Amino acid sequence: MSAPADQDLRIITSRFDVDDGHTLAGYERTGGYAGLRRALEMAPAEVHGEVRTASLLGRGGAGFPAGVKWGFCPPGVWPRYLVVNGDESEPGTYKDRLLMERDPHQLIEGCLIACYALGLSQCFLYVRGEMAHAQERLAAALNEAYEAGYVGRNVLGADDFSVDITLHWGAGAYIVGEETALIESLEGNRGMPRLKPPYFPASIGLYGKPTIVNNVETLANLPWIVSNGGAAFAAMGAHNSTGTRVFAVSGHVVSPGVFEVPFGTTTFRDIIFDPRYAGGTRPGRTLKTFIPGGASAPWFFEEHLDIPLEKATVDQAGSMLGSGAIVVMDDTTDVVKACHNVVRFFARESCGKCTPCREGTSWLEKILSRILAGQGRLQDLDLLMDVCDNISPGIHWPPRQTTICPLGPSAVSPIASALERFRSEFEAYLPATPVSVTTTSGVAT
Amino acid sequence: MARLNPANLTVAQEIIGRYPVTRSALIPLLHLAQEQDGYVTEDAMAHIAELVGVTPAEVMGTCSFYEMLKREPVGDYMVNICNGISCHLLGSSELIHYAETTLGVRPGGTTDDGKITLEAVECIAACTEAPCLQVNYRYRNLVTTEDFDQLVGELRAGTAGFAPHGKLAKVRQHVGEDRWAGVSHPDGQGEPAWMARNPSDNGD
Ligand SMILES: Cc1cc2nc3c(=O)[nH]c(=O)nc-3n(C[C@H](O)[C@H](O)[C@H](O)COP(=O)(O)O)c2cc1C
Ligand code: SF4
Repeated sequence: MSAPADQDLRIITSRFDVDDGHTLAGYERTGGYAGLRRALEMAPAEVHGEVRTASLLGRGGAGFPAGVKWGFCPPGVWPRYLVVNGDESEPGTYKDRLLMERDPHQLIEGCLIACYALGLSQCFLYVRGEMAHAQERLAAALNEAYEAGYVGRNVLGADDFSVDITLHWGAGAYIVGEETALIESLEGNRGMPRLKPPYFPASIGLYGKPTIVNNVETLANLPWIVSNGGAAFAAMGAHNSTGTRVFAVSGHVVSPGVFEVPFGTTTFRDIIFDPRYAGGTRPGRTLKTFIPGGASAPWFFEEHLDIPLEKATVDQAGSMLGSGAIVVMDDTTDVVKACHNVVRFFARESCGKCTPCREGTSWLEKILSRILAGQGRLQDLDLLMDVCDNISPGIHWPPRQTTICPLGPSAVSPIASALERFRSEFEAYLPATPVSVTTTSGVAT
Repeated sequence: MARLNPANLTVAQEIIGRYPVTRSALIPLLHLAQEQDGYVTEDAMAHIAELVGVTPAEVMGTCSFYEMLKREPVGDYMVNICNGISCHLLGSSELIHYAETTLGVRPGGTTDDGKITLEAVECIAACTEAPCLQVNYRYRNLVTTEDFDQLVGELRAGTAGFAPHGKLAKVRQHVGEDRWAGVSHPDGQGEPAWMARNPSDNGD
């Protein structure tokens, strides 16, 4: 088992063990707001330059480099806004909530640095509705930070730099995590995604103005990057997967947990089996399959264990690191039920704006339900793939899309993975005597 | 009743003041109404419509999209059992089934004493603590059937210490007048002043 040499380097979870790390006193005592002070000594464009050099990939799912995305704001169009995506709700994902609860000032400092670098004049911090504790930790931290002069009018006494942070929370809808739906929701609307193009937030975002949407973990890295330099960040990791990443390993493992590990070099085998991390499958059990990056990701198997947690390699192997959610299933798992569970999620959470997603996901769920109820037909297995093909033509990875946002195609991942690998387990649910179905025309099939 | 009371109206005005476009305050105000009454009443929606400057139908349109906003009374405690994939793998279906039988309600239903509304919900981001649940959006981790029985006992006795349904964060954002920089209107302002700083003068 290859143990990463610098396993103990923690960038953004460094205060998880500090009892008062969430308070201003605890934060300042442990080096807090040094990144912001450093940033204010630099020109905004220099700060942006450090983030480019760092090759900081977005941690919300798509893994797009933050420094590059920041460059997409059209020049000369003002005001620009920052929207923080704290809607964490991809099944298996558990890290943004911890970052908000245990180190709220680090996120606030990250927001201020981004605003300074890009000329974003107001920040909206959108926290998932169900996260009451994260909301109050952020509210308390913001109140302290405002009082102490870190946020609001004349940040740290600078007469030319003022920025407000408005704390906002959602009200229960997974789709609102998608950035254009997040903006709709922030505008007081139903959280339905907008078509891209033209509605790329960096050009047409909140209130029609250029808007940077970044994930909580992405922004939490900024204080360290500015303090230590983009090059130091880029020196960790492999290729453009730099710095560290926080992964939640859950499911059938001995010690499920949230681990910050070097990005790009740690392997799936390390994080799932190493006793310092999830400690492997439960005694007497073997690995059956695992989801490498949240419910939207195609599943991986034994043969993928030695792949590093590195974006390009995982993409090439046919899946994604997504939101840093690794879900392990051992040989006791009923994959048909697991597949149904994930598909039901997408069917429930489809916003209903596009037909292939709204109809497709609910049909997939219904077909899987009847298979599980012992009412399936042999043709149902092909029908599942046919519906998948309608949502995402060709069932490729990365998926082709017939829909406005990627939610619809996400429902294809678990089915394509499970059916291809474990077809016999689906067949085992089919009744020995074929079910007779009477169609509306009265003809039995 | 059920329009926002005077104290909450003051809070509502402060919330509205933090957005450049008033309509953005819609969801926060719906939460405020739910905190006041335990659910979002029609009167509250009409009141919010006035405050935000939209029609009651538009408020209803937004409100009905979001699962947490209840337009009918619910129990004092929402018990939301997670049924996400990680919890599923570690027994959430069995826990939900156990809850249904002990409480005598299906997900979505409220017990006869009006105390508990049961829901089976999607992933609530506590995947390493499976199976987990929330009571009024506060976590209980690694929940066994014994834990569940004990929790229900405490909820019925009122000794579990959870705030009533509708109350989320116990701390509100509050910014002193002199600290607030001023909302950034979409049709106002040119380039922010600090963008004129350049490397040579190092900004000071
Ligand atoms: C259906 C769907 C749900 C998403 N949910 C989240 C989420 O909960 N949190 C998040 O940060 N990004 C989520 N994303 C990704 C966002 O659209 C966006 O890419 C991200 O917030 C950008 O931030 P980053 O570049 O820092 O990663 C979701 C995307 C889709 C399509
Ligand atoms: S793909 Fe699904 S969730 Fe996304 S916009 Fe279309 S209907 Fe809504």
